[in-house]
Amino acid sequence: MKYVIVGNGVASVGAIEGIRRADPDGEILVISEESTPTYGRPLISYLLAGKIGPERMPLRPITFYDKFKVKMALGSKVVSLDAKAKTVSTDDGNTHPYDKLLLATGGVPFVPPLPGKDGSGVYSFTTLANAETLVDVAKNCKTAVVVGGGLIGLKAAEALHDRGVKVSIVELAPRVLSAAFDDKAGGLVAKRLAEVGIDVHCGTQATEIKRDESGTIVGVHLKDGSFLPAQAVVIAIGVVPAAALAKDAGIKVDRGVVVDERLASSDPAVFAAGDVAQAKDLILDDNRVVPIWPNAFNQGFYAGKNMAGADSPYLGGLAMNSIAFYGLPTVSVGIVNPAPGEAGIELSETLDEENATYRKLVFKDGKLVGYVLVGDIDNAGLYTGFIRFKFPLDADTKAKLVSGCPSILQWPEGFFDEKFNPVGAQEIV
Amino acid sequence: MKKIYPNKAVCIGCHLCEVACVTAHSKSKDIILAHNVEKAQEGLAPRRNVAQEGPVCVALSCRHCEEPMCVAACISGALTKNPETGRCEYNEEQCVGCWSCLMACPFGSIRRHPVKEKIIKCDLCAGRDMPACVEACPNAGLIYEDRGKD
Amino acid sequence: MAFAPINKNYHDFFVVRDKDACINCQVCVRQCSYGVHYWDEARQCVRHDNTKCIGCHRCEAYCPTQALLIQEKPSNFKPNALWRPVFIKNVYKQADSGGVLLAGMGSPVDIPVYWDKLLLDASQVTNPSIDPLREPMELRTYLGSKPTRLEFETTPEGPRLKTPTKPNIKLNIPIMFSAMSFGSINFNLHVAMARAATEVGTYYNTGEGGLHESLYKYGPNTIVQVASGRFGVHSDYLNAGAAIEIKIGQGAKPGIGGHLPGEKINAMVSETRMVPLGSDAISPAPHHDIYSIEDLHQLIYALKEASDYKKPVSVKIAAVHNVAAIASGVVRAGADIVAIDGMRGGTGAAPAMIRDNVGIPIELALASVDQRLRDEGIRNDASVVVAGGTRCSADVIKAIALGADAVYIATAALLAVGCTLCARCYTGKCPWGIATNDPYLAKRQNPDIAAKKMANLMKAWAHEIEEMLGGMGLNSIESLRGNRDKLRAVGLSQSEMDILGVKPAGR
Ligand SMILES: Cc1cc2nc3c(=O)[nH]c(=O)nc-3n(C[C@H](O)[C@H](O)[C@H](O)COP(=O)(O)OP(=O)(O)OC[C@H]3O[C@@H](n4cnc5c(N)ncnc54)[C@H](O)[C@@H]3O)c2cc1C
Ligand code: SF4
Ligand code: SF4
Ligand code: SF4
Ligand code: SF4
Repeated sequence: MKYVIVGNGVASVGAIEGIRRADPDGEILVISEESTPTYGRPLISYLLAGKIGPERMPLRPITFYDKFKVKMALGSKVVSLDAKAKTVSTDDGNTHPYDKLLLATGGVPFVPPLPGKDGSGVYSFTTLANAETLVDVAKNCKTAVVVGGGLIGLKAAEALHDRGVKVSIVELAPRVLSAAFDDKAGGLVAKRLAEVGIDVHCGTQATEIKRDESGTIVGVHLKDGSFLPAQAVVIAIGVVPAAALAKDAGIKVDRGVVVDERLASSDPAVFAAGDVAQAKDLILDDNRVVPIWPNAFNQGFYAGKNMAGADSPYLGGLAMNSIAFYGLPTVSVGIVNPAPGEAGIELSETLDEENATYRKLVFKDGKLVGYVLVGDIDNAGLYTGFIRFKFPLDADTKAKLVSGCPSILQWPEGFFDEKFNPVGAQEIV
Repeated sequence: MKKIYPNKAVCIGCHLCEVACVTAHSKSKDIILAHNVEKAQEGLAPRRNVAQEGPVCVALSCRHCEEPMCVAACISGALTKNPETGRCEYNEEQCVGCWSCLMACPFGSIRRHPVKEKIIKCDLCAGRDMPACVEACPNAGLIYEDRGKD
Repeated sequence: MAFAPINKNYHDFFVVRDKDACINCQVCVRQCSYGVHYWDEARQCVRHDNTKCIGCHRCEAYCPTQALLIQEKPSNFKPNALWRPVFIKNVYKQADSGGVLLAGMGSPVDIPVYWDKLLLDASQVTNPSIDPLREPMELRTYLGSKPTRLEFETTPEGPRLKTPTKPNIKLNIPIMFSAMSFGSINFNLHVAMARAATEVGTYYNTGEGGLHESLYKYGPNTIVQVASGRFGVHSDYLNAGAAIEIKIGQGAKPGIGGHLPGEKINAMVSETRMVPLGSDAISPAPHHDIYSIEDLHQLIYALKEASDYKKPVSVKIAAVHNVAAIASGVVRAGADIVAIDGMRGGTGAAPAMIRDNVGIPIELALASVDQRLRDEGIRNDASVVVAGGTRCSADVIKAIALGADAVYIATAALLAVGCTLCARCYTGKCPWGIATNDPYLAKRQNPDIAAKKMANLMKAWAHEIEEMLGGMGLNSIESLRGNRDKLRAVGLSQSEMDILGVKPAGR
């Protein structure tokens, strides 16, 4: 059996570990455009902030690929996929046959058609190379504008700020973190950012990146008429699935590569996982692209097992984000902004502005389907458990969750022993 | 692999397992120094914690899952599943304190280090034959044995 | 402290905490069910309230740094040989409460312990001792009525026993677990006793609280009890065990009944006892259908009838002044086993005055009952089992030499699982998880561990009994039974020796 994995992100690592659970010997080849072994992509903001050095970037020890018997073709981009012939061709002129192919190509940063975007001084923030560039940029840059107030934008802003750059954030939505968080959580985070001196401009958008005659950036014009002087602009308004290879090969692509429960695409020999895949969601019972790290790993892992013949259904991804801004930890899991008026929804919000803590729980049809925690996040995992295992909640348990006291002992009878004390579970007599 | 199985039918909620855990993970390995000196200085905290609801108690920590959600969520490579031992291992050096694993583990087995921007998690007492908590438990509320896969 | 009754500071114990060793883990706070230890928020450390301590030592045993010492508080009342502190304090208590003084466990009062005044014999030169590790040693004992003589007949298949025999139960060790009702101690310990009895090949007694159906499987090693409250008695129950025992009296509280407070009646106790949830379970002082030996005879035969004459019926009486005559009547009424409970026997709850002042010591009761039954020629009609204050294997072997067929142990079995004889069984707050049905406390007895400890105790005593028997040159417990020549007395009066039927040491 020959496995080829395109891309070397976390989905790829998950796939390698998954394949090896079921097939200890099959040949694995990883082809990746990036020339470094897999690194913790989210760590690039820690690197840019100077919190960690480059030696901490690798996701697995250098021995990993040998130990898992994986061949690597780094710095090599797959340019075409021939699903009939079962081969992929790379930009360095090689053609690799496969029995099972995994597309783990991730996403590409989306850059809007903004006047002035072409030229020097405009950066994305998704790769190690981007981070290394920005480390240099930050040395000679006094002010910068980050376009996009989502997770990546805020992390970029925080990191640049740590490098001594004065940063402004521009966000179209009325608040930062609009997708993963709600007003109150966004508000607490914005407050913290303001406290440390990061400007946040919400409810407006960049209309032009202004350059002088030499092409050097001088600032950014906003729709609200204001002008933010800057020497550098980071665009972080999201990523789109890198699904071109699949599309060109005639494989079904919607927003991302559409995959079934086994993570197989419309071509049974081609699988997809991670930011490129449109896979099952645990709560919505539908396929969607949720470009987050844990989903990428898990999809890769299940794709790997299934490629190796395990027939192990992927239970579905769960949207989750955990980020800390200057010591203010925030967690958001599942459905946190239900559509207004959605049937069966019940919300509970507990805000303590003084201590900067916030807890929001979203129940649907008597089950927990999402939550946001700011400040006090210690019980996050327990809440996640209630969502993941879809426990029906009685009034008592619900009250305990609402009051911030979830416990494994509130699990339905029998489930505890199943998970924690199987078979040996004590029968008294 | 050998794992620790907590039994809520007989756990009496004494928290001696926590005391043992803290001692075993201290520098001095001395129960009094660990609690009265090191705890204040370095923020030692137990990796196993007793949950209680009414009269029922049980001491919980990492179950070293077959398919660990914490490893899936870890962005820094600090958490890995050791394919040989089956243990879900944690390398504190690598941890950046993003709390992704803490959020992802549906069993709530991961905690924040009391002072560092790092997590703490059960390591099944690496280096000991018998985990400290199991050894300390006076009522066989924790059993360390191999029950097959998960 | 202000507004407290006068005796508040005359408490019995005080807690000494070694501040250097205490790690403020609060283990003691959680272990003490009397609320002695507490977390002091203001001082950020664990502290204690001495007045609440009842001296159970649970905290001391569990403190991981041995930082605790529970000490008796020497009250500095002026010394007075008559008015000892216990009497003074009791008066204070009753002046406050207006109530009966309650007590648990066996009487702690200083009446002579005759076991300690009796010494065993050993072989020298002429009749060599036996090494139980090399030679067979028989501890097996049968309880029940035995024929005085055996008749055989010859048949083509060989000789055949002609004498009809009555049902007996077989004990591998002449020690059984005495009656402690489900409710007074919790289910975990019943499970443990049932398993331990099964493991070592002896019996445990259900006590008067009935038998939960889930324990029927241990029936071959169970004695089911029928007491004046008739709790949980029905035909399945009577047939579930290997023998049936009618409880007439209890050594710790002869002449009075029992009272299990409603708080101890949880769902399982209520189901087993067949009484309403949460209501008090009261055992009347007498059986309301027994006012004479003839009435007892009727009940014995009613039970035999109900169990198809397949099980021996035991009658348990308290050791009181006339115990020998009473025992004789009991045997004549048809009992296959007479169980005698001495005044040091344990209890879950008894009025302190009765526990400490009523009844007689078991040693004297046993000797006089055995003698009386022999004198009347009915000793073989019933086995004699004694209970109440058996502390070690030497006590067991002395009891057998005095004439007992077997002994019942209760307090020793509870000690095996941690009991420290704090004697507050009646509060339902037993910190050792024994005399309590509070689920938070009861699980302190893990049945697996408790069964192991109880079985260990039985096995250990059995080994010692074998050693002592061997030392006397005997190879079976049968040869010791009633063999008072193997006993000598020290420090006893002539009349005591007469009753015990033993010679003074040196003679
Ligand atoms: C700054 C930043 C912070 C983030 N923080 C978090 C966070 O805290 N939590 C979270 O859950 N998620 C976070 N994410 C998202 C998370 O990183 C992604 O979901 C995850 O990396 C997706 O992994 P992947 O393996 O699917 O794809 P990627 O990591 O994007 O890997 C795809 C790889 O494929 C290669 N590739 C693409 N096309 C080809 C081709 N044709 N030929 C060869 N190679 C190709 C790419 O070069 C790349 O190496 C963050 C992302 C960024 C950028
Ligand atoms: S930390 Fe949680 S998810 Fe990870 S192995 Fe332990 S129990 Fe499983
Ligand atoms: S030591 Fe044992 S009994 Fe005590 S809390 Fe821990 S698991 Fe429970
Ligand atoms: S159990 Fe011992 S060490 Fe722990 S708080 Fe009590 S006295 Fe201190
Ligand atoms: S546990 Fe027992 S000995 Fe210790 S303080 Fe409480 S009552 Fe006293």
